[in-house]
Order: sequence, then structure tokens, then C-alpha cells
Amino acid sequence: MALHSLELAEEEERVRPTQVRSSADKSYRIIARSSGGLTLGLMALIGLFLLIRSWSALRVAGFSFFTRSAWAPGLGQFGVWAALVGTFLIAIIALLIAVPVAICSALFVTEYAPARLRRPLTSFIDVLAAIPSLIYGLWGRAYLQPRAILLSRWLGTHFGFIPFFHTPDASSVASYPSSTFIAGVVVALMIVPICTAVMREVFSQAPPGEKEGALALGGTRWGVIRSVVLPFGRGGIIGGSMLGLGRALGETIAVTLIIAPLFNPRDLTHVLHTGGNSIASLIALRFSESNAFGISALMAAGLTLFVITLVVNAMASIIVARSRSGASTEI
Amino acid sequence: MTTTAEHREAGDATIDLDEDRIDFSDDLPGDRIRARGLKTSEVVDLLGAAAGSFCVTWLVYERLTPLSGGLGFGVVWYLLFLATVWFIARERLGALHARDRIVGVVVATVALGVLVPLAVIVGYTIARGYHALRPQFFTQDQSKAAPLSPATVGGGSGAIVGSLEMVGIATLISIPLGIATAVFLSEIRGRLARPVRMIVDAMSAVPSILAGLFIYAAFILALHQQQTGLAAALSLAVLMLPTVTRTAEVVLRLVPGGLREASLSLGGGEWATVRRIILPTARAGLLTAVILGIARVVGETAPLIVTSLGNTHFNGNPFKGKQDALPLMIYRLVRLPQTAEIQRAWTGALVLLGIVLVLFVIARIVGGRGPGHIGRLKRARLARKGLS
Repeated sequence: MALHSLELAEEEERVRPTQVRSSADKSYRIIARSSGGLTLGLMALIGLFLLIRSWSALRVAGFSFFTRSAWAPGLGQFGVWAALVGTFLIAIIALLIAVPVAICSALFVTEYAPARLRRPLTSFIDVLAAIPSLIYGLWGRAYLQPRAILLSRWLGTHFGFIPFFHTPDASSVASYPSSTFIAGVVVALMIVPICTAVMREVFSQAPPGEKEGALALGGTRWGVIRSVVLPFGRGGIIGGSMLGLGRALGETIAVTLIIAPLFNPRDLTHVLHTGGNSIASLIALRFSESNAFGISALMAAGLTLFVITLVVNAMASIIVARSRSGASTEI
Repeated sequence: MTTTAEHREAGDATIDLDEDRIDFSDDLPGDRIRARGLKTSEVVDLLGAAAGSFCVTWLVYERLTPLSGGLGFGVVWYLLFLATVWFIARERLGALHARDRIVGVVVATVALGVLVPLAVIVGYTIARGYHALRPQFFTQDQSKAAPLSPATVGGGSGAIVGSLEMVGIATLISIPLGIATAVFLSEIRGRLARPVRMIVDAMSAVPSILAGLFIYAAFILALHQQQTGLAAALSLAVLMLPTVTRTAEVVLRLVPGGLREASLSLGGGEWATVRRIILPTARAGLLTAVILGIARVVGETAPLIVTSLGNTHFNGNPFKGKQDALPLMIYRLVRLPQTAEIQRAWTGALVLLGIVLVLFVIARIVGGRGPGHIGRLKRARLARKGLS
């Protein structure tokens, strides 16, 4: 091998190290490349298998799969519309709560907290991400729900004129458990860490020269944040929120444990009222009781969710990548 | 302001990078700007505002109006507190600083408020779970636990063994693949690297139930397999892979380029460089990647609903028959009506939370060291060889 490479070097008069490789190096490159390719292929396979298995259901339902709300594959009447609406309602409620909280936590860690508090604070917020979603579900069901329905009742009684808050039989506590709102609150807690992580990273890259300049011109801390940190971190705020949205759309077990399934899209928009829906929880709840065709229909629902989360996350990655200078994603 | 800064060498202004504060104390007679932290006067203001607003709220709630309720009391107190802070700051420093103060207080309370649910979740799980936590939870399965027998009968041995085996198999699959992909992304690079990195990012966002559906379609249906622990392990491996790859890639990038170049210039091949220099240097970080990957999937429930189904009897064989897992057992039991079953679920939840938190703390401790960190044991070993 060595002889061979020497000859090569003489022929070309110039050693090009990338071309002189031992057999170990060659196989190392092949193995590393192919694991990269395997990861790439795995993602394609997920989409492909979902498509293949959902084909028989999609052929029966046609385009009505996306417009129909009921879920009765045995009768040939099934569609993902109600689940889709429910999924987005839960995700939007979660974002409305989680994004302001995440912005505040990220600002506090990067701008306000003393240096020795930063690491422990970051760790504690990351612990929120480490807690399994099952435990969030249990907690939301047993601890949060009895307390949150009091707030729901207050909102439903006093702000019932807002369409989303409208609740039939608003004065009774019994009309509020297992609602979209409670599921949204729990999901909000689960996505705060990822939103915070992205925003913290972008905020901490705000140019120190401009921050010092703002301070030197007599700006207050809030002035610095408003005129330098937030404009600079706008991409991070949007990208972090969208990454959170992607997670919120796919959240399964916590939502399944909290909501009571409901398939009427009009009633779903009354977010405080009992009943909610989501694609992931539809799959989790119906899987064990489905026959082959029912599973095919669930695969079609899964494919819909797959495409939506993929699009949302791709957009988020692009926005985050543009908002910072060539650094890697470290979430 | 008479602080240590004035005792430093007099003369030009210094910018203290360590504490992020700009120090012009020698030039300016007034308050110096502090970018972080609180001054004593601010702390006094805040405490005074909190006490004053509490008293007013109490007066309004308990004496003057027929209002009631803990949440309402808290909200009114907080709003009054903000108003008091604003008035104090406006009287002292003017409207501009008052607004600054309000924003600071809101940001700090919201950020620290996030830690409240964390404490409540952990505390509540402990409070609900510890009653029935006996050694038998680790030695018995659920087969003897009738719905009405007390919660201290029956345990999660089948579930714990199942979880260990599933996570173990998933680790065996995803660690080599994940680290090899990370090596590819950070060492070999090339045209393929960008799409691979993007896909790994996208994969980490795939909803966990879809990983289960994928294995159901690609393994159970396509290869005519049964629902077993192995199928569950495969779906967990799909979920673990992106976590391991991304963490490992970040760690590998931290390995100083000088080490790489030194190895190559001494005649080490690429494989020798990776095996003898890069991977050992990043060992602590790679361990963190593995632990974070395990912590990510050990509590995962949704894919198991599809791939493993659960089992009340002990099944130690992941390749044959339905197998239970800790999250699956909790999910099954908590939806039953009997209090004893729900109690068993909470005991399981406590064990699961304990496992996840321990893994997380270990990952933090290991990951806190930089690449190439030489620990106490290794230092002793090097000293014996006369290298240190």
C-alpha cells in the first residue's frame, strides 16, 4: 500500500493526502458515509411506509378525508378535519401561553440574571423538557384540572360573549373538565424549554457593541432590550415559536390523557368546554380497537400529521438558521 | 456609590468583562450603570412594594368587598405590586426608569415562575407515589394484583425489566449509528452533510406516535412480525437517533482542530485519528449524548401503545410475546376506575420520574466537563506512567 502511494506521489510530483488512504481509512469513510445516508433514508422510509399503508383508506375516502369530521372507518365515513382543527387549537393555546413565558425566561437568563445564576436556571428549564410527557399527562389530569376548571368557569362566565370562550351551561363546573384549554396549558409547559433554548441562544448573540452603545447613550435596560436585543433576536423568536408549534402539534400522551374526544368542529372551537381532539391522540386512542382498514385510516391521519410537522419544522429551521451567523443548531 | 471599584487603580475607565458591567465610576459622580443584578435600594423598594400591596389587597379582599378565591387574591396582589413599584420608581427616578423597572420585575417573575410548575410536578408525583412504594414493586409483576387488592400488592417488575430491555436494545442500535453519523457530519462533511443535518433536525421533531406507526408498518406488517419488545425497541431507536446524533455532533465539534492536525501530520490515518484522538477526547460528551438519548426515550409511551401493547404477566423475552414497559403500565393503570390501580400507576410514575431525573443529573455532571478533561482517576493512571 505504502509503495503504491509513493509511486503515485512520484507520478504526480505532488502529494495529495486525500488520495492516499489505507484500507482502514477507506472502510471508515464508507461506514460513516453510509450511516449518514441511512439516517437520511430512514426519514424517507417513514414517509414512504405511512403512504403505502394509508393508500387503501385514502383511495376509499378520497379528498373527503380532509373535509369530513366523523371517524367511523367501519362505515366508510371518516375524515381528519375535526382532529386537525383540535390539534391546531391545542397548539395555538399552548403557543399563546408558552411564547411570552419563553421570551421572558430567555431575556431573564441572557440580560437580567447574575452570571452565577445562569447555568442553574438553564438546567432547571431543561429539566422541564426531560420530564416524560406521560407524567405531564398524569399531573394535568389529577392536579391541574380540578384547579384549572375554576379559572375556566370564571372566564366562561364573564367572557362568554367572546366566541371562543362561549360555553353552554357556563355556571356549572361540570361543563369544563377535559377541555382543549386544559390540554393547551399542559402542552404549553412542555414546549417552554425548547422555545427558551432557541431564543436564549439568539438573544445571547446580540452584538455587545450596540448594547453598550445604547447604554452609553443613556438607555435603560429595557431600552437596550427593545432597541437592540429584540430586533436582533426577531428571527429567533419566530423560529423558536415555530419549533414549539411543531412539538405541540405532535404531542400525544399528555393530550390523550386529558381530553375527552369530540368530533364536532363547531363545538371544538369552544375551547373552555369539555371535549377536544388531536390527530396524535386519535391514533393512540383508536389504534387498539381498529381492524386492518381502520389502521390504514389511522396511518392516513398519521401521514397528515407527519407532513404538517415536517413543513412547520423545516420553516422553523430555515428562519432560525438565517437569524444567526452560520452556527450549528444546538437544541 | 462607594464600592471596591473605587479602590482600584485610579485613572481611565475600565470595562469589567467578567461581570458585564461598564465601570465609569471615576469619571461620573452619579450612579454607575449596572447591566445586571440588583442594588440594595432596589431590593428595599421591591420588598416595600410587596408588603404594601399585600396589605391593601388583604384589606380589599377580606374587609371591603365580598371577593374571594386564592387565584384572584394573587392576581390582584401582583397587579397592585406592579403599580406600587411603578409609582415608587417614578417618584424617585422618572417615568423612563419606572417603565424599565416594571419590565424587569415582570420578566423576572415570569422567568422564575416557570420553576413553580416544575417543583409542583415533582412534588406532586412524590406525594402521590411514595405511599405504596415498597420493595415488592421491583420484584412482583401485575398478575397477582386484582383490581380491589391493596396497592401494595403487585408491582412493576415485568414493566421495569421490559423497559430496561427495550431501552437497552434501542441504545445498542442507535448509539453506533448516531455516533457514526455525527462523525460523518463533523469529520468527513462533504455535499451530503447539509441534507443529513437538516433531516436529523426534522427527525427530532417527528411525533413519537409516528415512530410507532412506522415500525408497525415497516416491521410488524411488512415482515409479518408480532408485537414484541423488539418492535418497541426499534421504534424507540428511531426516536433516540436524532438526540444522540445532534448532541454527539456538537461535542465532536468542540475537539480542538490542533489535535486533529497534529495526529494527521504525525502520519496517523483518518481512522486512527478518529479512533485514537477524537473519540477519546470527546468521551465525556459522547457519554452525555448517550445518557440524554436514553432519558429521551425511557418515558416514551405513545410508540409502545402501537408496537408492544403491554402485558400484566412477566415476560423477560423481548423477541417473543407482548412485553410490558413502565410507561405503558402507568398509562394502562391510570385510566382504570379503581383507586388501588391508580395508586399503582402513581408509584410507577414516581419510579419513572426518579430514573429520568437521575439520568439527567448524571448527564449534566458528565457534560459539565470540557473535551479532554482529565479526571482524578485518569490523572492517577497517567502519573503512574510518569506522563503527568
